[in-house]
Amino acid sequence: MDLIDTMQDAYATRLTKTTQIVFDSVVKRFSTGTTALDGIDLAVRRGEFVAVVGPSGCGKSTLLRMAAGLESCTDGSVALGTDSVGFIFQEPTLLPWRDVLGNVELSAELGSVDKQTCRSRALAAIDAVGLDGFGDQLPSALSGGMKMRVSLARALTLLPDVLLLDEPFGALDEMTRYDMQSLLQKLCTDRELTAMFITHSVSEAVFLADRVVVMTPRPGRIHSVVDIEFDGPRTEELRFDRAFTDYVARISASLRGTAS
Amino acid sequence: MTLSLAVRMPRVRTGSAEERRSSSIARRSNSALKSIAVPIASFAVAIIAWYVVTYAVLAPERRFLLPAPHRVLTGSLADWSHLRPMLEALAVTARVTACGFVIAVLFGLAVGILMNQARWIERAVYPYAVVLQVIPILAIVPLIGLWFGYGMVARIIVCVMIAAFPIITNTHFGLQSVDRGLHELFTLGRASRWERLTKLELRAALPAIMTGIRTAAGLVVVGAIIGDMFFAKGQPGIGTLLDVYRSRLQSEDLIAAIAIASAFGIAVFSLFGVLSRALVGKWHASGSNS
Repeated sequence: MDLIDTMQDAYATRLTKTTQIVFDSVVKRFSTGTTALDGIDLAVRRGEFVAVVGPSGCGKSTLLRMAAGLESCTDGSVALGTDSVGFIFQEPTLLPWRDVLGNVELSAELGSVDKQTCRSRALAAIDAVGLDGFGDQLPSALSGGMKMRVSLARALTLLPDVLLLDEPFGALDEMTRYDMQSLLQKLCTDRELTAMFITHSVSEAVFLADRVVVMTPRPGRIHSVVDIEFDGPRTEELRFDRAFTDYVARISASLRGTAS
Repeated sequence: MTLSLAVRMPRVRTGSAEERRSSSIARRSNSALKSIAVPIASFAVAIIAWYVVTYAVLAPERRFLLPAPHRVLTGSLADWSHLRPMLEALAVTARVTACGFVIAVLFGLAVGILMNQARWIERAVYPYAVVLQVIPILAIVPLIGLWFGYGMVARIIVCVMIAAFPIITNTHFGLQSVDRGLHELFTLGRASRWERLTKLELRAALPAIMTGIRTAAGLVVVGAIIGDMFFAKGQPGIGTLLDVYRSRLQSEDLIAAIAIASAFGIAVFSLFGVLSRALVGKWHASGSNS
């Protein structure tokens, strides 16, 4: 399996100083003939948090995988303004034979970062996700939420500019989910990361994102893009705020609208 | 054992914590007792059955077919002049076993890894691996003798032929069974083929490889004894002795030698069972990616 180089694309012209990820009339057709994505235009700005919601099978994960270079587009182009990207899978995707520290070190290790830097970045990342003291645990000893923290820490060791997250919290229980959302938000704000976040959960999207992209069922198109603006920082109380629930209601309604 | 304990645990707990603890300890020591007592009892039954066959089933003039256990002990195993050639022969067989095993492991790993590098290599090589497995070893014994002589080399080749297949297939399927997400993680990290092989595929395949090695360890002893029997040039192995004892109707020695050969087989097999648990037991039993 080879990584598709998103940068060498001749179409990658729309990438500017302010944009970090650009999808330019992206089409994805599978070899079976089904069109998964049909004409996606989307520009993610630097430091912006974009969440993508849509019905199952609308190709939102494919979109993200194209940005990472794990899949190619049939037509159009995807451009990424940086080399340092952290990708978070739906599953924690940990090596079961490595302890937490070993797992966190992996990404940097593959990126041929020298051993000492690797170790210090890993320790800092483990600290940042609140797993200090768990470095020598094997993944099998960890809860689902802790495994996801390891997965996040591993991405941080690359010192990424961009985080691509593919429904990372989908398998977690609600309380853990809230904790993880707050953690992710803190990490993104502190490090000024650009994030593209795929999710099924509208409330998760509204809580985290600066913009929410709503997609239609297959073939996936962009139905609407909603700017999320709140006064002040986003805390747990925000979830019960009238403005918050209004956004959730509005986006849920347009999601239902796409289905008909 | 823990599973059966858990199942037997009553759903509704009425006793105090103290009672519960003591009853669970009693149950545990009870099952420990059983785990020792049952094999001893079954061994006793087997010995009794042996005596019954020797003295009640066989007529006195046919008793040489199965001499009684104590005759095997006094007439062979406990007699140093009988035991010594057997142990010496066992040492020869053990050397052949070790040699054949090391070659089979290296060869099996190499072929298994090679098959995983490209589809066409797999298609080209796998049929021959299967042929290696299904070909009756006795059918090509004459050919091996012709080509490699009737000595040590031929014995080792029989060992390798018998033991390589489980290592090849288990390595191959182990390498193939690596989680797709982990592969993508390595792709994203722009891992080299070597990094992917050593840091991901071989590690993930280790439980399967150890299963293959364990199976091979059982088979390689069989191969060495067959090799001893047919390729008797050079120092005699335990298989060579088996054939000699059979032809001279030394049934006490024959049974003693069979017992020694079996004990050797069990020892080799258990050794790799322990080794395999030490290598992969820690993460494999409960190791998953979710």
